[in-house]
Amino acid sequence: MSSALPPSELTGLTIAGALDGLAKREFSAVELAQAHLKAMEKHRDLNAYVVETPDKALAMAKASDERRAKGEALGALEGVPLAIKDLFCTDGVQTTAGSHILEGFKPPYESTVTANLWQAGAVMLGKVNMDEFAMGSSNLTSHFGGVTNPWRRKGDNKRLVPGGSSGGSASAVAARMALAATGTDTGGSIRQPAAFTGIVGIKPTYGRCSRWGIVAFASSLDQAGPMARSVKDCAIMLGAMAGHDPKDSTSVDLPVPDYTRALTGDVRGLRVGIPKEYRLDGMSAEIEKLWAQGAEWLKKAGAEIKEISLPHTKYALPTYYIIAPAEASSNLARYDGVRFGLRVPGESLDDMYEKTRAEGFGKEVRRRIMIGTYVLSAGYYDAYYLKAQKLRALIARDFETAFRDVDVILTPSTPSAAFAEGENTDDPVQMYLNDVFTVTVNLAGLPGISVPAGLNAEGLPLGLQLIGRAFDEETLFRVGGVLESSASFTAKPAGY
Amino acid sequence: MSEEKNLIEGRTGKWEIILGLEVHAQVISEAKLFSGASTTFGADPNSQVSLVDAAFPGMLPVINKRCVEQAVRTGLGLKAEINLKSVFDRKNYFYADLPAGYQISQYTQPIVGKGTITLDMPDGSKRHVGITRLHLEQDAGKSLHDQHPTKSYIDLNRSGIALMEIVSEPDMRSAEEAAAYLKKLRSILRYLGTCDGNMEEGSMRCDVNVSVRKLGDPLGTRCEIKNVNSIRYVQQAIEYEARRQVEIIEDGGTIRQETRLYDPGKGETRSMRSKEHAHDYRYFPDPDLLPLVLDPNWVSEIKATLPELPDEKRARFVSQYGLSDYDAGVLVGEKETAEYYEAVAKGRDAKLAANWVSSELFGQLNKAGKWITDSPVSAEALGGLIDLIADNTISGRIAKDVFAAMFETGKPAKQIVEEKGLRQVTDTGAIDAAIDDIMAKNADKVAEYRGGKDKLLGFFVGQVMKATGGKANPALLNERLKAKLAG
Repeated sequence: MSSALPPSELTGLTIAGALDGLAKREFSAVELAQAHLKAMEKHRDLNAYVVETPDKALAMAKASDERRAKGEALGALEGVPLAIKDLFCTDGVQTTAGSHILEGFKPPYESTVTANLWQAGAVMLGKVNMDEFAMGSSNLTSHFGGVTNPWRRKGDNKRLVPGGSSGGSASAVAARMALAATGTDTGGSIRQPAAFTGIVGIKPTYGRCSRWGIVAFASSLDQAGPMARSVKDCAIMLGAMAGHDPKDSTSVDLPVPDYTRALTGDVRGLRVGIPKEYRLDGMSAEIEKLWAQGAEWLKKAGAEIKEISLPHTKYALPTYYIIAPAEASSNLARYDGVRFGLRVPGESLDDMYEKTRAEGFGKEVRRRIMIGTYVLSAGYYDAYYLKAQKLRALIARDFETAFRDVDVILTPSTPSAAFAEGENTDDPVQMYLNDVFTVTVNLAGLPGISVPAGLNAEGLPLGLQLIGRAFDEETLFRVGGVLESSASFTAKPAGY
Repeated sequence: MSEEKNLIEGRTGKWEIILGLEVHAQVISEAKLFSGASTTFGADPNSQVSLVDAAFPGMLPVINKRCVEQAVRTGLGLKAEINLKSVFDRKNYFYADLPAGYQISQYTQPIVGKGTITLDMPDGSKRHVGITRLHLEQDAGKSLHDQHPTKSYIDLNRSGIALMEIVSEPDMRSAEEAAAYLKKLRSILRYLGTCDGNMEEGSMRCDVNVSVRKLGDPLGTRCEIKNVNSIRYVQQAIEYEARRQVEIIEDGGTIRQETRLYDPGKGETRSMRSKEHAHDYRYFPDPDLLPLVLDPNWVSEIKATLPELPDEKRARFVSQYGLSDYDAGVLVGEKETAEYYEAVAKGRDAKLAANWVSSELFGQLNKAGKWITDSPVSAEALGGLIDLIADNTISGRIAKDVFAAMFETGKPAKQIVEEKGLRQVTDTGAIDAAIDDIMAKNADKVAEYRGGKDKLLGFFVGQVMKATGGKANPALLNERLKAKLAG
């Protein structure tokens, strides 16, 4: 049977469109998977995938087609091909977290989130690249090499970064090598790469998706979420990913709503906060203009725009860069060469540890382990870790106070558009500034979504971020949908 | 304040020993503290290890409610404060048998706060020792260094098993008190069913903090003797360590705070090879676990199911059975013994029952190296023996032989008495005949007796008893003999 649509059109579909086409038998799940496998092969130069799983993809797609043919109950993502960030443990498929220390590691178990996706009928295309242990904003820290952003500046062929840490996910979705991808977000790792590649990404409320089977970076901040090419696609996919998991004590036992029903397009009377502290000194005029434009769109749609204050915002980055490394230094202690992954033999146990970890971890991971170990050390704990915890509580309280007056907060997603390797990537502190608008959301455990809203003068996508109340992803989808239609962002990276 | 006998006589005066104990008690539970893996002792190496215990990537801990219940039960048994909110922290260090590189423990907010244990000293006095805290934590795996010339083996079966760390105040002043503390704590834990208290298998382990000071001085620097695995060794280690510290100070030295090991073979403590790097555990709240919040109603429910504990049982034995405090103490030390005793005493002379249990039964058990639950003589059987004494079927003296036979053969008392023909002779005719016979054979002694030598009565009793094979009822024999000798 040959499909009614050419492969390039199959890979260009949204999830919603693909589900529709599959339902109408315009094409099969196998054809949809094949089209994507072909695109993956074609764009290997982007280095988005670390492992391609064509056999698995075709088997899953075939099983989906059979379920459909037999008239069995179908899942919310029946036949939809997805890319999986290499931070999710996948049964029998190499899972590395972008690190040499886990190279070759094939977990004998499946993360709860990916298991939920397969349960919903989704098809796995492969594992996508990422910053090592999700530590980075450029995807340059991956042991498997950087990922290239399919977007180029106008008249410039310099390769740009896709952002990070979910850089492989962003690049794969933007380059039409997957209908959508899983990401994880500890300080902005879904939203920043989504903004850099012109796609939608949502970090749900902490506790909405199970962390079981996701390689831990900073346990109190990590959260999985979908990255896709429309707000609705993210809504469909989050519905399948989310839910209570008794295996994760921090996952929350709340029913998962049908997020697609939130996309009403109606924001009349909704109060939208504009936090004055997010107006940074030296912020680019383009970003400022886009932000004002976003507010204008919402106002036009009937929302009320209010200036709000989140007074502890300036402490967010230093707070984040104490808490996240502190937790990471402990979470990464298990990579010791004893039970799995890399082992470099040594003269003694300590020598083996040192050699294994020195060779297995990259520079950025080693830096954060050192920072984290330092801030938890006797004599420094109170000055750093404890103080950061107090600030974290104050930052969360800022949001609580703000949400008494507004229903959603609008900010830029990133302080700039995608950059090239070598541009501001040498100075770690400069790199950390990428997270300035996103880390507050993780510290407060709130949901945040990035929606592509326009192109800068160089033709690169820029995103706007919406921040919501805890477990109010629905408002984010509703407002995000309005931003999306107002912006009518239809630009695509050339050649994809 | 120490009693005089507990002070150490040094060259410069008398020294007081200050002791605090940290006991690690393995929680009795089917599954581990944060994983579903089994906790059975003695399984094949690495056969009881879940992915959580082996710290595989992405694995998360989930608290086992049963272990929390056991900790609360223990806290209630120690008459301690139960903290309705407690927090799990990570204690970070690298070792091959600690898969995650951290142990989940409780640091600043333990589940149980201050409590007390009352010690029963051998001289009958009582002492109160404060409990500082009890917290829950994971056990580590085991490193086996003797299986291969150059390699160490790791067994993770123990990794993740729940431990209660029970910390005492520095309230003890002698090795004897430390031993009494451990015995009492073990007894309470066994009564509660929260730890089997088996020090040999390592399900109860003890760290001893020892320091010395001149009376009235502030506390001295302490040394911690790690992982002592029997009560006897705890006592020996304390005796040695206290003297070592006194000698150092009297020689003008100072005590270095350090961790030491007790070597039972040499009878000495020695410094554990100090690692070049001092441990900095970098405790911080485990972000994978929410604070542990207990429902006060649930705590009340647990409290309602607490068994009668040794102190209460002892007081009841004194009032209900009229036993001495000491005898009651001997019987309540182990829950099984107390239960055994009560079964024997039911409907019988309680004091007689107490004597039989604590002297004859304990004596035979000790000799045979048996535990009361393995006793070949059941409580019912012992009761049957006591009944035979009560109804004059046998005498108390014969009963001891019958008991020995019961212990040996497991047969009931009645059967042994019948088989061996030990039934007491209460037939006056038979006794009279025996008396007549003895009197006839010893006419000279009869004359002497009648001449005023009363003490010869004992001689006649012995002779008649011998002639009846010890079976004559003693009271009847006495009565008849006196009458006949009186002429």
